[in-house]
Amino acid sequence: MTVTDYYKAGADIRDTKAPAGAIEKKWSTRKFQARLVNPANRRKLTVIVVGTGLAGGAAAATLGEAGYNVLNFCYQDSPRRAHSIAAQGGINAAKNYRNDNDSTMRLFYDTVKGGDYRARETNVYRLAEVSNNIIDQCVAQGVPFAREYGGLLDNRSFGGVQVQRTFYARGQTGQQLLIGAYQSLERQVAAGTVQMHTRHEMLELILVDGRARGIVTRNMVTGAIEAHTADAVVLATGGYGNVFFLSTNAMGCNVTASWRAHRKGAYFGNPCYTQIHPTCIPVHGDTQSKLTLMSESLRNDGRIWVPKRAEDCTKDPRQIPEEDRDYYLERIYPAFGNLVPRDIASRQAKNMCDEGRGVGPAVAEVDHRTGEERQVRRGVYLDFASAIERLGQKAVETKYGNLFDMYAQITGENPYETPMRIYPAVHYTMGGLWVDYDLMSSITGLYVTGEANFSDHGANRLGASALMQGLADGYFVLPNTINDYLADAPFEKIGQDHPAVVEALAGVNERINRLLSIQGTRTVDSFHKELGNIMWEYCGMERTEEGLTFAIGRIRELREEFWSNVKVTGVNEDFNQTLERAGRVADFLELGELMCVDALVRRESCGGHFRAESQTEDGEALRHDDEFLHVSAWEFTGPGNAPILHKEPLEYEFIELKQRSYK
Amino acid sequence: MIINLRVWRQANAQSAGKMVSYRVEGVSEDMSFLEMLDLLNEDLTVKGEEPIAFDHDCREGICGMCGIVINGAAHGRANSPVPTTTCQLHMRSFADGATIDVEPWRAGAFPVIKDLVVDRTAFDRIIQAGGFISINAGSAPEAHSVPAPKIQADRAFDAATCIGCGACVAACPNGSGMLFTAAKITHLAMLPQGQPERYSRVKTMVAQHDADGFGGCTNIGECAAVCPKQIPLDTISALNRDLMKSLFKKDGK
Repeated sequence: MTVTDYYKAGADIRDTKAPAGAIEKKWSTRKFQARLVNPANRRKLTVIVVGTGLAGGAAAATLGEAGYNVLNFCYQDSPRRAHSIAAQGGINAAKNYRNDNDSTMRLFYDTVKGGDYRARETNVYRLAEVSNNIIDQCVAQGVPFAREYGGLLDNRSFGGVQVQRTFYARGQTGQQLLIGAYQSLERQVAAGTVQMHTRHEMLELILVDGRARGIVTRNMVTGAIEAHTADAVVLATGGYGNVFFLSTNAMGCNVTASWRAHRKGAYFGNPCYTQIHPTCIPVHGDTQSKLTLMSESLRNDGRIWVPKRAEDCTKDPRQIPEEDRDYYLERIYPAFGNLVPRDIASRQAKNMCDEGRGVGPAVAEVDHRTGEERQVRRGVYLDFASAIERLGQKAVETKYGNLFDMYAQITGENPYETPMRIYPAVHYTMGGLWVDYDLMSSITGLYVTGEANFSDHGANRLGASALMQGLADGYFVLPNTINDYLADAPFEKIGQDHPAVVEALAGVNERINRLLSIQGTRTVDSFHKELGNIMWEYCGMERTEEGLTFAIGRIRELREEFWSNVKVTGVNEDFNQTLERAGRVADFLELGELMCVDALVRRESCGGHFRAESQTEDGEALRHDDEFLHVSAWEFTGPGNAPILHKEPLEYEFIELKQRSYK
Repeated sequence: MIINLRVWRQANAQSAGKMVSYRVEGVSEDMSFLEMLDLLNEDLTVKGEEPIAFDHDCREGICGMCGIVINGAAHGRANSPVPTTTCQLHMRSFADGATIDVEPWRAGAFPVIKDLVVDRTAFDRIIQAGGFISINAGSAPEAHSVPAPKIQADRAFDAATCIGCGACVAACPNGSGMLFTAAKITHLAMLPQGQPERYSRVKTMVAQHDADGFGGCTNIGECAAVCPKQIPLDTISALNRDLMKSLFKKDGK
């Protein structure tokens, strides 16, 4: 099979909502053009919001404040637990409080460049534009950002930019921002505008005449399958990094809501764009369930190295003399050293371990092609010895104390004495459901916000931008754009006996019964782990045509085996965590194939992705703007069928395209 | 390592529960406590038995979803020098061959849903009763228009680190949720933005706390001892001071 056998070419698509004119005027023009809904009519309209993280919680609260009836859903036991809570570093805003010549234009420019010129200019400019409102909003809610003695907000620089624009709350910025959104949300619950449904998982989207009109959920305590109808649906269901099984995502993060919408017609944008974070705690063995990220600020003072010789890899690192160490990032990239971008730091760590120079415990890896098992050490040293010598242990403790404690807690090693071990892990997915400038997907009335959409980060996300995007979408963008759609109301009333509702309910019930009736011999987790291994090996940091086509074949076989041999215990009418996971893994098994197809077609190295066939003479990433300056928006055509690729050409009117260089 | 577990199994809120013994082999000391339970659950699934239900999500100690009483202690501190969440407890804290008791949070306000899973929605209701600052999106003033003195802001932050896991309630002999409530009261009372609703907030939140069936605080201090975020006990004193003051304010306003 050749690459073109894996997909069908469709017609180009375009965003039709961003108005023409100067980039500084687009958002205010769009807001002015957007139709309004009279406050008296808002209470007659219902909006479903799925997810309660920064994008979902903020949107639900804000729509409630505006007077809409909001039905809000989350799979956790409380909206406060959404995985936005785990973000550590900070949130960017172009306040220019440091007088270091920051501006909306500069934040816009940095974000587009950071995304390796694969994001839509209009959306990114708007993100930078509303960034300042976010900080104002959060401070007013009582988010305890770091402050200076004068009582004003502190900033730090983050993620390799030259200005200090990152606002932070110790190492827990995500937690504090989410609690702010959660408090606003609970205020609306008390006011009666938001109806909260915790421990509910969305399993299907209900379409009536091509419009999103509701969802089907499973009550995770009782197993009840319920249909909820509304005038519009918002998905704020996060990223799909758990397709790799091991990631820094929470255990429950999943693609099901997005995937169900994709199957109903929502295009999936750039599914292969994932971000791999270089400073995570390495895998300890094959029972590992998730990976933990440590802030990449560690690379400011830590030096990364591996032994020069493979036979030194089992030695105590303190016994390895300086001349036998390979500080490979400093060697290969003398200008940037240990501060090279995330993708380069990650890929080089993999290269070192592939060469057999990794450190830490050896973990079994199966070669999927031959079935052979080999032992590989997946870790590199991050050494603070010279920083401690230069600054003193006290200073290092002040700067990184909480990270060192976290490392010691998880590994049982003292990083003040022995070097830390780190290895890259999947952290964020830039891809997601395709949306226009209004954040509406290709399904009318279905909006997608936050990490679940594809829109703002291109092929690589800058540090401290995810929190910014979630809150921008939730507080300021969606609540303005969705009015334009809801102004078409009243829509046809949808009752529980509407054929579309009945059909959606039947489909969900049928699928659950099928999962429960297989009663095979393999556990859900064993399938998930195998899928994750395949994805990590062939659709992770480095991709090749040969590897990706192999992976697609293997995923298809695995999916077939899943549907004939998975073992799901218990019944539906109960609290059944195995059943929950089975449904999610079934969707990951379809998504994984699409990610590989997308990666296969995108024959360029770009952002976080290294395509082996597209590199410079000295082995660095080579982008191909002539062929791939577009968003790949995928249309579902039925299970096992070749998907249709719609290209959205990216036009750079305000920013000049440049090739990255870090040597 | 080999670990012997005695785990609370309870089919649902209505049925009676009991301790059931399991033997888990092949445990590595680098595994987290929850990964050890994963290992047991995989084994149970293969045998066709129902796996043990337990709540968990981020597994990095920040979401507050996990919570198990281990050998009688909420989150099972074992020999860890600092309190942790259950997900950050590792098997190296236990001896090979150890027998470990595993139970759900036990408190009147947290009914058991199944096995080790409890219903903590009462916490959300306490927040709904006033644990917020009334501000609509879009109406915020410029962030620097109101400076917040660093000392108070840091104190607010210390209280705001609460993750709402409920260990304080599980550890309290009275089943009181006062540390949780006090953390939110203190967080908002220490910031200039929290002042307008300061005294009405404390009244309504404490009233909701009592209405939801949490016990009263008698200053025992077990809550702060198990708190994985080390919320200080004196937040409860701060709450009580505000509550007293609120009684002298008309309608608490």
